[in-house]
Amino acid sequence: MTVMAQTALWLLVLLPAVVGGALALSRSDRAAAAVSLATAALTAALAVVVALARPQVAMPFMAGSDLALGVDALSALVVPTVAFVTLLALVFSTGEIGESQARFHGLMLLFASGALMTATAQTLPPLLFAWEVMGATSFALVGFWWREEHRVSAGVTAFVTTRAADVGIYLAAGAALAGGAGLALADLPDGSEGWRHVAAAGVLVAALGKAAQLPFSFWLSRAMEGPSSVSALLHSAAMVAMGGYLLLRAEPLLASTGWAAPATAWVGALTALLLGAVALAQRDLKQLLAASTSAQLGFVVMGAGLASVSGGAAHLVAHASTKALLFLAAGAWLTALGTRRLTGLLGVARRWPLVGWTSTLGLLSLAGVAPLALWATKDAVLAAALETSPWLYAVGVAAAALAAAYAGKVLVLLWRRAPEPERAVAEGHHDEEEQGTRRVGLPEQAPLVVLAFGAALLGLLALPPVGDTVARALGEEPVHPAPLEMALSAVVALVVLALVWWRPAPEPAWLRGWLGLEVAAHTLVVRPTVALAESLARFDDRVLDRVVTGSAEAVLGMARRAATFDDRVLDGVVETTAGMSVRAAERAGRVDGRWLDGAVEGVATATRRLGRLARRPQTGQLHQYYVQAIAVLAVGVLLLVMVR
Amino acid sequence: MLSLIVFLPLAAALALVAVPRLGDAVSRWVWVVVAAVDLALVAAVWLRYEDPGTGRLAFEERAPWIPGVNSSYHIGVDGLSLPLVAMTAVIFLACAVFALRETDRPRPQAALFLFLQSVSLGLFVAADLILFFLFFDLSIVGMYFVIAGWGHNDAGRSAMKFFLYTFLGSLALLAGFIGLYIAAEPHTFDMVELAEQTPLAGSSLGGGLVLAAILVGLAVKTPTVPFHTWLPPAHTDAPAIGSAVLAGVLLKMGTYGLVRIAMPMLPEAWRAWAWVIVVVGIVSVVYGALVALAQTDLKRMVAYTSVNHMGYVVLAVGAAGMVADDTAQARAIAVTGAVTQMVSHGLVTGALFLLAGVLWERAGTYDMGSYGGLAGPAPRLATLFAVGAFASLGLPGLSGFIAEFQIFTGSIAAAPVTALALVGILITAALFLRALQRIFTGPTRGASVGFADLRPAELWSVGTLLVLSLLIGVLPRPLLDVIEPAAEVVVELVGR
Repeated sequence: MTVMAQTALWLLVLLPAVVGGALALSRSDRAAAAVSLATAALTAALAVVVALARPQVAMPFMAGSDLALGVDALSALVVPTVAFVTLLALVFSTGEIGESQARFHGLMLLFASGALMTATAQTLPPLLFAWEVMGATSFALVGFWWREEHRVSAGVTAFVTTRAADVGIYLAAGAALAGGAGLALADLPDGSEGWRHVAAAGVLVAALGKAAQLPFSFWLSRAMEGPSSVSALLHSAAMVAMGGYLLLRAEPLLASTGWAAPATAWVGALTALLLGAVALAQRDLKQLLAASTSAQLGFVVMGAGLASVSGGAAHLVAHASTKALLFLAAGAWLTALGTRRLTGLLGVARRWPLVGWTSTLGLLSLAGVAPLALWATKDAVLAAALETSPWLYAVGVAAAALAAAYAGKVLVLLWRRAPEPERAVAEGHHDEEEQGTRRVGLPEQAPLVVLAFGAALLGLLALPPVGDTVARALGEEPVHPAPLEMALSAVVALVVLALVWWRPAPEPAWLRGWLGLEVAAHTLVVRPTVALAESLARFDDRVLDRVVTGSAEAVLGMARRAATFDDRVLDGVVETTAGMSVRAAERAGRVDGRWLDGAVEGVATATRRLGRLARRPQTGQLHQYYVQAIAVLAVGVLLLVMVR
Repeated sequence: MLSLIVFLPLAAALALVAVPRLGDAVSRWVWVVVAAVDLALVAAVWLRYEDPGTGRLAFEERAPWIPGVNSSYHIGVDGLSLPLVAMTAVIFLACAVFALRETDRPRPQAALFLFLQSVSLGLFVAADLILFFLFFDLSIVGMYFVIAGWGHNDAGRSAMKFFLYTFLGSLALLAGFIGLYIAAEPHTFDMVELAEQTPLAGSSLGGGLVLAAILVGLAVKTPTVPFHTWLPPAHTDAPAIGSAVLAGVLLKMGTYGLVRIAMPMLPEAWRAWAWVIVVVGIVSVVYGALVALAQTDLKRMVAYTSVNHMGYVVLAVGAAGMVADDTAQARAIAVTGAVTQMVSHGLVTGALFLLAGVLWERAGTYDMGSYGGLAGPAPRLATLFAVGAFASLGLPGLSGFIAEFQIFTGSIAAAPVTALALVGILITAALFLRALQRIFTGPTRGASVGFADLRPAELWSVGTLLVLSLLIGVLPRPLLDVIEPAAEVVVELVGR
């Protein structure tokens, strides 16, 4: 059994990854949908198996830590949710996605594998691994219709924004290692004091980014450019939900720091409130649903910050089912009528009753109407809020009222019998997004029914007796909201719905642009970064490279000057010296001929003359010699006398 | 065995030069076959490899060479060099396959690349500084002829700039080597003995000067900011396979020198100056990424991302010098990540440059604005480029993630300031996605119209590199099992 369960866990991650990878690379569109649906169905079955058997597996990976996967009570809730929504979204997509089916199904399965691995990762390396695979596949899925540039831009925004937050996990991993905690998720709270704060901050930022919480929410708005079946999976049950999941998983770490848990709770509460208001202001159904996703994930995040993991997890699962249903309904209408504008959907619930009734159920659940799913799960979180801080509770209740308002706003539109001129305006909006087919097929309707059951019944996860079992499995004492609180929230929902029915809700224009978050990110981060990049590039070309080429040119210039010096000066000196030598030699020659030789010859002549002169006294006569001797003697005596 | 691996391509190169009658087709196939055989030999070495332990080498060979200065023909491999040897053999084979349709003087081109392969493999197995230096300089000479002979645009000037800059750097390196030789007692150029002796230990000035000379020499080759300006023109004007080898193999010689020579031989100086190395690493990461973000020319952009990627390596080995008692494990993880990054960057950037070469060959421009919607006519090119781009930005499932996760985890734990460089992985993500968007998506227009998709030779050569990146990304253990013990040894040696 254990071996089988462990194999099932490996297959749960590997099967969609391998099949998805193969499909994405192949271009055999014909068999793609069948292969993909079979894989998704098998994956869903495996998800049930591992949720029941709770296996653990590990293999050596890197940085001294294992690639460890495991299923505990929390994963056992999330894994089947992801697997089933994947299957239903893929069934729906056979009606929505016409061309490039292999690529679409391949990417969706790859994404599902990433989400399932995230939900089962026990150590940081596989968590980050799967986390970023989700990000990259979401880029490719949002920008699926790549011929339209705004859709690709939306994918880029989604990936870059979530990756900015992902940096937190890299930081957390470094902190975990430095703090001596190791890279296992469960051990993170054991890190040394300082590093534990860094790890908590890193995990918190990463999760807020994925969960589209403040201030990262804007990427989710852009991500609505993708196909609706993509939103049904990524923006309800998986990608954004995984952000909430990570915080639930890391709850002990957040609680261990003192500041991170309240910060988490407040970010969640404020997102629920502000994005709820943003949702109310939208005039585009998918935009409204996206803002509502951020807001509803806010309750999950609150749950993590308030140590109500069971409440948060129940809300996560119930919201996944509800929101997937609504995104698919929006997709069905978009395909049929070619519009997602709310005014274009006037009275549409009557035209396709099954879609109308299931989505009505979903909207009522979203509004928090008792006894539907989100009513119960949200109250579980709010009960924990009331225990901690009345302010937090008040913000939560206000957010819940806003949810009822925006859900009611859509409900009214969907069912309204409008007079003729208004209907004409609505029809004028048809086909403005794409050419509508005017039909909703069976593969598009069937998943709605399944999801509607979830939207109705999953509240049981937060109500006794199932809720108590869930809470105990998660290691918590079951907390029951007071009946008064639950009644209050149900009444609030009904009153708000009635108000909206009676009179249209306000749609403040300043909220329609998602609080200007994207504009702010552009002004504060993107534009300065690009400007810095451009000026650095200019610096690189004009200064740094110029210095190098300049030095090279300087060397060349010096060489040229040296060459000139060599030619003109050194060589000149040599040549002049040579010329002077020649001239000197010539002069010497002349001197030699004229003077030296003359002198020599003169000396010779003089000597000859002297010789001739010296020959004269040599007469050979003795008396003359005597006279000469006496004369010399006389001169000698005379000299002697005079000298003395 | 190692000598055979090193000199087999050289022998083939000489044969190609010596027999001019060989036709073009034969030359091309000789090149492919020799590169494949060489890779098979490397694979055999890998399979028989066992970690040799501290201060030792596997498959060691030693023969007297210049006994007068105690320099010998000494080669061997360990966990630092074996992955790079394997990566080199893979990249040269990929280039050989990619060039199967080359029409411009294939015979001399094959000979030149085989020569370069011998030189590169020789450098990674060298265990003697003179031998190392010889291969270091010959690689510069070989690459000069590749760029000048087969490049485009202003190839002559770029080649000359590359040659002069890196050659000057190598002179600094030589000065450092001579410093080590003189300081060693007895004088020797043998790397194993020098690492054992750690000459200049206790002399902070001498050690610092010698380290500075070696660092400058290696920093030019790596290249790190501010010594990188030869890289963009060299890449832009080099032929595709030349760029692949330059980025994939030649740049690694710089960072390999850091872990092979500077860290084990000058541990004291390394520790003293580790903060400078960390700073240079961080600056290279951020600066390289930002400047890459501003590029409009695809090849220049990839070239600048090389500065960024090599910055991660520098940062990690710098952090490994920030010695503290309880961070030995973290520092070993950082060094493991650095070596993994060298392998990963070789495979991934090699693949990206080959793909950029396809753009040039088909449309004659690297300007990203000239394309648009290229995924329509060239879906295979789009897929491979997307995989390469994601690998380069460090997406999990591909080798870059294994490298960068370890680099950051280890470095942040050893030197928290390195967290600043995390912004690099964000900017590279943005710039690669922007490049993908500009070239491949939107309506098909400009140079994309009538663009022919990848041919089988191109598909196989680039595909193989990316499949290897995928394998390392998903199953890193076979690679890490080789690197990790060696990284621990380096950390131990630096800590002395």
